[in-house]
Amino acid sequence: MRSTAHAFKENARTAMADPDLTKALTKFKTGFPLKRAQAVAALPEFEALRDAGKAIKDHTLAHLDLYLEVFEQNVRARGGHVHWARTAAEAKEIILRLCREAGAKMVTKGKSMVSEEVGLNTALEAEGLEVVETDLGEYILQIRKEAPSHIIAPALHLSKEQVADDFRRVHTHLASDRKLSEPADLLTEARVLLRDKFLNAEVGITGANFLIAETGSTVIVTNEGNGDLTQTLAKTHIVLTSIEKVVPTLEDASTLLRLLARSATGQEFSTYTTFSTGPRRADDLDGPEAFHVVLLDNGRSALLGTEMQEALRCIRCGACMNHCPVYHAVGGHAYGWVYPGPIGAVVDPALLGIAEARHLPNASTFCGRCESVCPVRIPLPKLMRLWREKEFEGKLSPPAQRWGLGVWAFVARRPGLYRLATGLGMRVLGMAGAKRGRFRSLPLAGAWTAARDFPAPAGKTFQELYKARRTGVHHG
Amino acid sequence: MNSFPEKPRPRVGLLVTCLVDLFRPSVGFSAVKLLEDAGCDVVVPEQTCCGQPAWNSGDRADTVALAKAVIQAFEGCDYVVAPSGSCAGMLRKHYPEALADEPDWAQRAHFLARRTHELVSFLVDVRGMRGVQASYPGTVTYHDSCSGLRELGVKAQPRELLASVKGLSLTELPEAEVCCGFGGTFCVKYPDISAKMVSDKAAHITSTGADTLLAGDMGCLMNMAGRLQRLGSPVKVRHVAEVLAGDISAPPIGQGEGEITR
Repeated sequence: MRSTAHAFKENARTAMADPDLTKALTKFKTGFPLKRAQAVAALPEFEALRDAGKAIKDHTLAHLDLYLEVFEQNVRARGGHVHWARTAAEAKEIILRLCREAGAKMVTKGKSMVSEEVGLNTALEAEGLEVVETDLGEYILQIRKEAPSHIIAPALHLSKEQVADDFRRVHTHLASDRKLSEPADLLTEARVLLRDKFLNAEVGITGANFLIAETGSTVIVTNEGNGDLTQTLAKTHIVLTSIEKVVPTLEDASTLLRLLARSATGQEFSTYTTFSTGPRRADDLDGPEAFHVVLLDNGRSALLGTEMQEALRCIRCGACMNHCPVYHAVGGHAYGWVYPGPIGAVVDPALLGIAEARHLPNASTFCGRCESVCPVRIPLPKLMRLWREKEFEGKLSPPAQRWGLGVWAFVARRPGLYRLATGLGMRVLGMAGAKRGRFRSLPLAGAWTAARDFPAPAGKTFQELYKARRTGVHHG
Repeated sequence: MNSFPEKPRPRVGLLVTCLVDLFRPSVGFSAVKLLEDAGCDVVVPEQTCCGQPAWNSGDRADTVALAKAVIQAFEGCDYVVAPSGSCAGMLRKHYPEALADEPDWAQRAHFLARRTHELVSFLVDVRGMRGVQASYPGTVTYHDSCSGLRELGVKAQPRELLASVKGLSLTELPEAEVCCGFGGTFCVKYPDISAKMVSDKAAHITSTGADTLLAGDMGCLMNMAGRLQRLGSPVKVRHVAEVLAGDISAPPIGQGEGEITR
């Protein structure tokens, strides 16, 4: 996926001018947080579970090489194959080769953000393969040629009316006057169309929520069951996933699963949780003949051993964006790349470079709501701030901003000068604003006064007045 | 009430915060009064800014310089108290991080951090204050500023003290825990997004029907007052310390001598 993260400001402006999006986001911003809060309230040990989840991920990341090798051995022991991809290009190459070897013409896909990250669909389509997204949200986006705007609710930016229009536009073989007013109508129509694809695809590609080292299993959770059909009906199942998804044991996966759905949608558990362990065995009723796992690095291993390592704990639940007031204002597309919201603001600069993604960690008020709901306690504001530090050190922030900060810091570091400058400044502003108490506009304050009045200062500073009061000198 | 015979009079350094110092001295005086009512001796060491703008802009060198100045200025105090969750949070949470690479300073930062409190939570949690002698006729609503709420756990304390203010009734603000869009430099770096956030906040404030909005951080208060006034709202905006201290002699934030509405 090509990044437009550098154009975040413009993207945000466009997004906020879109009434359909604003409507969708207004509904979204209270929905998920409320459901999460209810799920958390119903589970007294939830905070302890968060600690446990964090500990599991920290332990695994500290020994990532070891657990990945154990995972690989156990996939092989059960007749599967593991492929290591350093970059997005390598991942695409491997998957293309596997598709060719399987004689594939059609590929079905379960929802996978890693596949968005590497730009898999475009690569497969360029080689003449038909690629069909089978998650309803992803299917809608595929026919609209759009990227997901949220990592677990990819089409949340759309209304059912917009989707109905798209279905009428694309599904031209169906009666044009059919009823599509209810979500169930849309679901049924997509389900019928997709059923045929599931049965005819030679290759099914899914992501993975977790990889279990001790069993060599991959795990997906879905609410539609589409992932199961994708991976059991095709002859070849390819799992495209990234290295930080591995956990040591089934027990560990179970702990993280208890956190995942509650944090994401407020469900106790997702509707389907599916463990894939190798290809179909002789006495299995169904399953793929070949099972491949493609393990993507794409910059992640470079974060190990750095302060950014904590971001690799992420289990992609989306709680941070569900609770982010900036995400609520602009939606996911404004971020300009695969991972939006607070986790995107931390991960995207790591994967794209801070020069390209510098806006994302800056576009936060550090309100801390993301960290307060993160199931694995990633200190997202802290990590965003560290990116700002790298940006500042690399002199990548806008010159006017750097200059302003520099002048302010120069004065603030010199108390005498500070007293003089602020005393004078406040006196002037105080006199000018005394009557009305505020300004509609002020030189150099256009960014503030575009939408707000600027409260006038009292005129004298507290320290001045306090000193005068203490020394008995009375100022009016 | 409000006497603490069993406790000695601790020496409290008031970190007045730059916004209160420059824009609204009345909040500083209210803080002094409340602290004295709570049995403290208050001192005001010379100070500029805690360094938060530099820290949040990734400017570590200036942050460190300002942090060291604050640490030195307040070292003789038993406690450091700020009428702001975000400035208190800066000292408590971020000074030790900023100075982590200089062991001597890191130690001093940790000691300062442990003695630093946000004003209202200090009054209630440390000094055991259960009520105030103040009256405020009207309906207020209260915004929970993010740093105080999530870094320092300030939530119940202001409500507890406000409940003792005669004549005051509190109507809870819908989504009181959602950021108002100030965010320090955020509001000028991303003014469109900030404007959207503060507009949503203003709508919630208006929906309560309260005549006064209170909060514990000047940045948020100036942001919300500025937006409410741009929209022509008559809602008065004040720092919670002013109401708790019973000192509302200064006009509400952003209102002038020419249009005092109460």
